[in-house]
Amino acid sequence: MAIENSGNAQGRGLRAWINARFPLDTMLKEHVTEYYAPKNFNLWYVFGVLSLVVLVNQLVTGIFLTMSYKPSAADAFASVEYIMRDVDWGWLIRYMHSTGASAFFIVVYLHMFRALMYGSYRAPRELLWIFGMLIYLALMAEAFMGYLLPWGNMSYWGAQVIVSLFGTIPVIGDSLAEWIKGDYFISDITLNRFFSLHVIAIPLILVFLVVAHILALHEVGSNNPDGIEIKKHKDARGIPLDGVAFHPYYTVKDLFALGIFLVAFCAVIFFAPTFGGLFLESPNFDPANPMQTPPHIAPVWYFTPFYAMLRAVPSFLGTQVWGVLVMFGAIALLFFLPWLDRSPVKSIRYKGPITKAALALLAVSFVVLGYCGMRPPQGIYPLLARIFTGVYFAFFLLMPWWSRLDSTKPVPDRVTSHAH
Amino acid sequence: MSEEVDQGRRRLLTTATALTGAVGAVFVATPFLASWKPSARAKAMGAPVEIDVSKLEPGAMLKVEWRGKPVWVVRRTPAMLKQLESAVPYLLDPNSDGSVQPSYAKNDARALKPEYLVMLGVCTHLGCSPLAKFDAGDVTVSADWPGGFYCPCHGSKYDLSGRVFKGAPAPSNMTVPPYSFLSDGKILVGADGAASA
Repeated sequence: MAIENSGNAQGRGLRAWINARFPLDTMLKEHVTEYYAPKNFNLWYVFGVLSLVVLVNQLVTGIFLTMSYKPSAADAFASVEYIMRDVDWGWLIRYMHSTGASAFFIVVYLHMFRALMYGSYRAPRELLWIFGMLIYLALMAEAFMGYLLPWGNMSYWGAQVIVSLFGTIPVIGDSLAEWIKGDYFISDITLNRFFSLHVIAIPLILVFLVVAHILALHEVGSNNPDGIEIKKHKDARGIPLDGVAFHPYYTVKDLFALGIFLVAFCAVIFFAPTFGGLFLESPNFDPANPMQTPPHIAPVWYFTPFYAMLRAVPSFLGTQVWGVLVMFGAIALLFFLPWLDRSPVKSIRYKGPITKAALALLAVSFVVLGYCGMRPPQGIYPLLARIFTGVYFAFFLLMPWWSRLDSTKPVPDRVTSHAH
Repeated sequence: MSEEVDQGRRRLLTTATALTGAVGAVFVATPFLASWKPSARAKAMGAPVEIDVSKLEPGAMLKVEWRGKPVWVVRRTPAMLKQLESAVPYLLDPNSDGSVQPSYAKNDARALKPEYLVMLGVCTHLGCSPLAKFDAGDVTVSADWPGGFYCPCHGSKYDLSGRVFKGAPAPSNMTVPPYSFLSDGKILVGADGAASA
């Protein structure tokens, strides 16, 4: 390295001039052209890059929306209508942003499921997983605060419900909720501060966490569908035998995946921007009205699994903090995943039927809870929500036992892959 | 002069500097955190409001805004007041022991004058605004519905005094704000008689 660096510094031209003053080539090598990723990646490995692309989409469209949006209770709703009707291409920029929010959660949920399948959270990738979970938390905060900004009636009452969650905490709850709102109710003041957090504070945190996530990934190296470490077998130059350079091998693969993703993404933007009320809810086309709750309050789809858990727990001992604890607990448990999984192997490929059944149950319970969270709390839905809240928690809380009990298959020494 | 480093002294100085810095950080953080509290203007806007109920028909409901929350005034008929007794066995907190109201509204009618119910129209579960479903047997709630308030968000049910029915997610009865009668037809919401006198 040292020799290469000085070689660069002694060269001629702009690049050498830069390299003598800034580690441009060193960084490019470390993270792009000489970052060796396992050669057996499959389709599941495109969602990390896709979430990065969606993040950039959100940042760019967000900057342009901010130019025409007015963060005040009097003007917010009208300024969104103005963007939609009077700003040239404003509708496209807004739909790119609103569809991007849902797309972000789709690719992040698939990215997380990939990690669950192949044990990507296991040692030595615990911190990588935790950075990822922090990104997920920041993303939820970002989405929640962004949802208030159009100042529609669902924006208003959704925020009302979520801020009330903090009010359920014993003793300090009420003053905490008042502190968050900056008023006795969700008002102009609340809208203005959520705008600040949505466009400055959380995006900064998100970008910082994404950098930390990628640095941690490049430090430990990528996991792969076999769940084995490619660093165990290196050639004479210290390059993993089963590794290929991220660029050009995976940049090409990711670009192809990006093309397919963009076809779907653009199809939604142009033909179904509300996605049947899932991406943009119809009560939000009415301006916020503090005196009138929409007949049925449901958050956007990506929060509904947790919302269903919140509603599934009845209040007792004169407080309903329990539902709130269950909801936040469901997210907190994910942080402990690296230490809950006691299986001797990482990848689902070499785990037994118990793991496969448990993971399938988890996926089913997440989808069922998501559906229950969208429905009014009547009929079969409260019961379903209770059952699957139990299933979700059982997956994590019983994991130390079922992951150890499960049978395993012998893990290969080298990754399994076929030349194309 | 000694070349040896006095490690103890170094540790003491480092710790003392760090502690002083931490105290400074707390002082610097205070104005930023305090800036999130309701501002002077927000507090002023939260002042009490006067409601004229002289033209309210029996059985009708009036909604006004106080601190951005809906305040309901329901002028209850004798029949509606009678329903309050029949609801008692099904209530979670019939005596309003675990609920928020001024002491003068801690009764079956949850009111200063039983005829007039003054209440925050906010579900104690998560702050939605329940719907008035005064008619007994209203099928949009359930066939055995005794009449009261129904929260569309998470299905909490309240009687005609805002007392919550058992088995609902809401943990307590709806809140009665402090209020007083300025005259027979005028209610002041946000200040009770003692405080406003």
